[in-house]
Amino acid sequence: MKNLEKSQITVLVLLRIIIGWHFAYEGLAKLFDTKWSAYFYLLESKGWFQETFMNMAMNTNLMLIIDPLIKWGLLLIGLSLILGFLTKYAKMAGLCMLFFFWLSHPPFIGYEYSLPFEGHYLIFDKNSVEFFAILVLMFFPTEQIIGLQRLANYFLEKWRQNNANKNQ
Amino acid sequence: MPTKISRRDLLKSFATLPVVGGLFYKALQKEQHNKQLQKSLSKIIKIDFNSINHATHSESSGKKIRLGIIGYGSRGKMIMNSAGFLHPDDISIFKQSFQENNKDKRYEELMQTEKLNIEFNGICDIYDPHAEFGIIAGNNSEKLTDKSKLQPIKRYKTYKELIAAKDIDAVIIATPDHWHAPMIIEAAKHGKHVYSEKCMTRTLEETFAVRNSVLNSKITFQLGHQNRQFDSYNLAAKLIKEKKILGDISLIQTNTNRNTPWGAWIYPIPEIASRKNIDWEQFIGSTNFSEFSLEKFFRWRLWWDYGTGLTGDMLTHEYDCINQVMEIGIPDTVMSSGGIYYHKDGREVPDVFNALMEYKDQDLTLMYSASLASGKYRPRTLMGTDGSMELSNGFTVSVDDHSQKYSKEIEQGIIDTSNPVYSYVPGAEKVDAITSASTKYFAKRGLTYTYRNGKQHDTTYLHLKEWLDAIRLGTQPSCNIDRGFEEAITAHMATISYREGKKVYWNKDKEQLTMNN
Repeated sequence: MKNLEKSQITVLVLLRIIIGWHFAYEGLAKLFDTKWSAYFYLLESKGWFQETFMNMAMNTNLMLIIDPLIKWGLLLIGLSLILGFLTKYAKMAGLCMLFFFWLSHPPFIGYEYSLPFEGHYLIFDKNSVEFFAILVLMFFPTEQIIGLQRLANYFLEKWRQNNANKNQ
Repeated sequence: MPTKISRRDLLKSFATLPVVGGLFYKALQKEQHNKQLQKSLSKIIKIDFNSINHATHSESSGKKIRLGIIGYGSRGKMIMNSAGFLHPDDISIFKQSFQENNKDKRYEELMQTEKLNIEFNGICDIYDPHAEFGIIAGNNSEKLTDKSKLQPIKRYKTYKELIAAKDIDAVIIATPDHWHAPMIIEAAKHGKHVYSEKCMTRTLEETFAVRNSVLNSKITFQLGHQNRQFDSYNLAAKLIKEKKILGDISLIQTNTNRNTPWGAWIYPIPEIASRKNIDWEQFIGSTNFSEFSLEKFFRWRLWWDYGTGLTGDMLTHEYDCINQVMEIGIPDTVMSSGGIYYHKDGREVPDVFNALMEYKDQDLTLMYSASLASGKYRPRTLMGTDGSMELSNGFTVSVDDHSQKYSKEIEQGIIDTSNPVYSYVPGAEKVDAITSASTKYFAKRGLTYTYRNGKQHDTTYLHLKEWLDAIRLGTQPSCNIDRGFEEAITAHMATISYREGKKVYWNKDKEQLTMNN
């Protein structure tokens, strides 16, 4: 990270913020829409895990957990990416979510969805692109430089030093 | 590690904080915009979802109703299946299929279906293999998979014997069309309640006779337009009649498009079928004499002597939907055309058919257009001055570009006329004014099932239940004899117009049909 140029860091931070914005607003929009549910999306699943996703949709009790998990998950992951706090965990959670979104609606040859994609995709869709963008961020944890993690690291280090001094 | 936090550290730590502020500010702004749109639309279209009439009662309590079924062909079997009575072999197939591939929900659904508190005490079918299958299915109220545990129910050789049976309170009629009227009349004479398949009758004369006998009896009659149970139709009726969201409706287009042998009534003829196991004389009954014909027996819809063609089979569903939603009644005039353009297999009934039904007092034309040689989907569309509705199991409402009622909202950008403003998806238990993309697509697609209290239900089951509840409560079901009369007269007007090549007129006061020369 230390070897990166200023412009490279800037672009990576911007990427982190924009992905965060996208996640957070997806979450907020779903939270605002009190009737939103992943039910129909799951029912439309195709591919290897179609059955699992459909069974999830049909399980009313499970949906009572899944729906809030998606809504709040998206918002918290988004805020974490923007603020650069606990971002490592947010990135991992984001990767999981995107993987499942892709897995339930893989754009494979021969798969038709009644809700069409707004573009043309083959094997990889926008979820996969965002997945790999987050993967890039995993390797470049810019939150150590720009973000609350920088402050958190400072306090963490201080706390560790104090503990070390006490033990001595 | 520096001992003090520098100003630079703080700046870099909090650098992205304003973005969060910006996000919430813009998100709230957008939410407010959406709410404003929703509010403006809600002022125009007020819906109380809970106000839709659900014609169900929670339990089939009270006296057990003893049924007999006449006609156990494909439709008769479907009805009995919907009532929860299947042959053990069929249940075994469902069960096995479910175990091998649990996507097949038939077994699960069958086991979960609430019992209707009925029993089948008799069956009448003039084709032996069907009857022999049905007598076992009719006794399988416990949904067993082992047929050795079941005693067959009684098989009657004639419908008259079945109707006269003392241990039968009500009958289900699922025979070819030419037998509906004599059977309904006979049942009414014996005070036996009737659930009959559509078209209610085969001829105009029969329609009057059937109405008279049902009205002069105390029986509960239900015609088998199970689509009456769609919640979307009930809701559409409210929106159109009470809220007048479409403005003045002057044109409705309804359609049938099928492109399969089954859809064109080329039903399979079983190899084992022969003169020996078919009571041919009883089949032709009082219609024109014909030599024994397996084709006529199994593909009866292709001949006018036994069936009613597209009018009785398909136009009736379309008509009854619109009659349920708008209570239009019998048209003043009907003009039909069409021909046998593709299935030149010796049939008498047309495979392409169009009918124009005029309602002078209501300033309305109802169009029906059908092809059995193209599967192109054409939505059933109700067209009004302020908007249009595409109606199926779900529906969408779009506002007309030049609507006067909504002109202000169109101008202000509150209403986007290029997209539906309103969509209903069964099971969602909600109606969105601001329709999400997914809702729109599901509304268009339509589903096989309708929903009651969050549960999926087969509409035939619901329609049967409504009839059985009506028998127990002494009320009228939704597709009673008056609706049946309207359905049959309208269908026959369309048939007569086609066959005579003339415009047909209905005199409401005299209840008479005339034609121009």
